[in-house]
Amino acid sequence: MADTHAFFIAAAYGASALAIAALALWIALDGRAVRRRLAAMEARGIRRRSSTGAGNGR
Amino acid sequence: MALMDLANPTRFLALSGRVLPWLAAATAVTLAIGFLLAFRAPADYQQGETVRIMYIHVPFAWLAMLGYSLLALSSLGILVWRHPLADVAHKALAPIGALFAFLCLVTGSLWGRPMWGTYWVWDARLTSMLVLLLLYLGLLALRSAIDDPNQAGRAAAVLTLVGFINVPIVKFSVDWWNTLHQPASVFRMGGPSIHSSLLWPLFATALGFTLLMLTLHLAAMRTEILRRRLRVLEARTAAEAVHA
Repeated sequence: MADTHAFFIAAAYGASALAIAALALWIALDGRAVRRRLAAMEARGIRRRSSTGAGNGR
Repeated sequence: MALMDLANPTRFLALSGRVLPWLAAATAVTLAIGFLLAFRAPADYQQGETVRIMYIHVPFAWLAMLGYSLLALSSLGILVWRHPLADVAHKALAPIGALFAFLCLVTGSLWGRPMWGTYWVWDARLTSMLVLLLLYLGLLALRSAIDDPNQAGRAAAVLTLVGFINVPIVKFSVDWWNTLHQPASVFRMGGPSIHSSLLWPLFATALGFTLLMLTLHLAAMRTEILRRRLRVLEARTAAEAVHA
C-alpha cells in the first residue's frame, strides 16, 4: 500500500517543484529581458527625465 | 516622512534590491528545514505516508487565499488611493497566486485518489477552490485583453473585489455544507486538532512557501516597475521620432 502511495507523494512533490521552478525561471528571464532592453535604451542616451529624483514608476 | 512617500517605486527598487538576496536565502533554508521535518515526521494513523502531501497541499491552499486577499487589498490601493505601487503589486502577484491555487488543486487530487478513491468530487471546498483558480485566470486574461495599462489595472481591481466574496466561501465551505473534504484542523475555534509532531513540520513548510511567495512577488514587482519605465521611454522616443 505504501508503495502505491509513494507514486502519489512523488507526483505531488515533483509536479509542485516543476511548476514553481518554471514560474521562478519565467520571472527571472522576464526581469533579465526587461533590464537588457532598458540598458539598450540608456546606451542610446535615452534616459528617464526624473532619473535623478524619485519617479512615480508609471 | 509619510508611509506613502516611502512606498514610491524608486525607493521600492532600492530597498527590495537589498532585501531580495537575503529573502531568497531565507526561503531556501526554511524550505529545506521544512521538508526535512516533513519527511521525518511520523506517518498519520489513518492517512499513512500520504500525509506527506499535506505539507505542501495545505500551504498552497493558504497562500492561494492569502494571495487573493492581498490582491483585494492592492485593488483598494488602485481604486481608492490610486497608488502606482498598488497596481504593480497587483499585476505581479496574480500569476503567483494562480500557481498556488493550481498546485493546491493538483496536490489535493493526488492526495484524494488514494484516500477517497477519486481525483475529484464536486464538493463545496474543491469547487470553491476551482472558482478561485478561475478568478485568478480571469484576472490574467482581463489584463492581457485591455491595451491601456491604467484601464486594465482598474478593471482587474474591480473584478478582484467582486471575486473576493469567494475567499470566505473557500474558508467556510467545510462548515456551511456537508463536504467530503475534512473540516478545518489548524485555524479553528479551540485550537489545532493535529498532533504537534505533524503540526510543526506543516508550519515550517508554510513559512517557507510564504517566504517563497514574497521573494517571487518582490522580484516580479521590480521587473514590472522597470517595464513601465521602459514603456514610458519607448513612448517618448516614438513621439520624438514623429515630431522630428
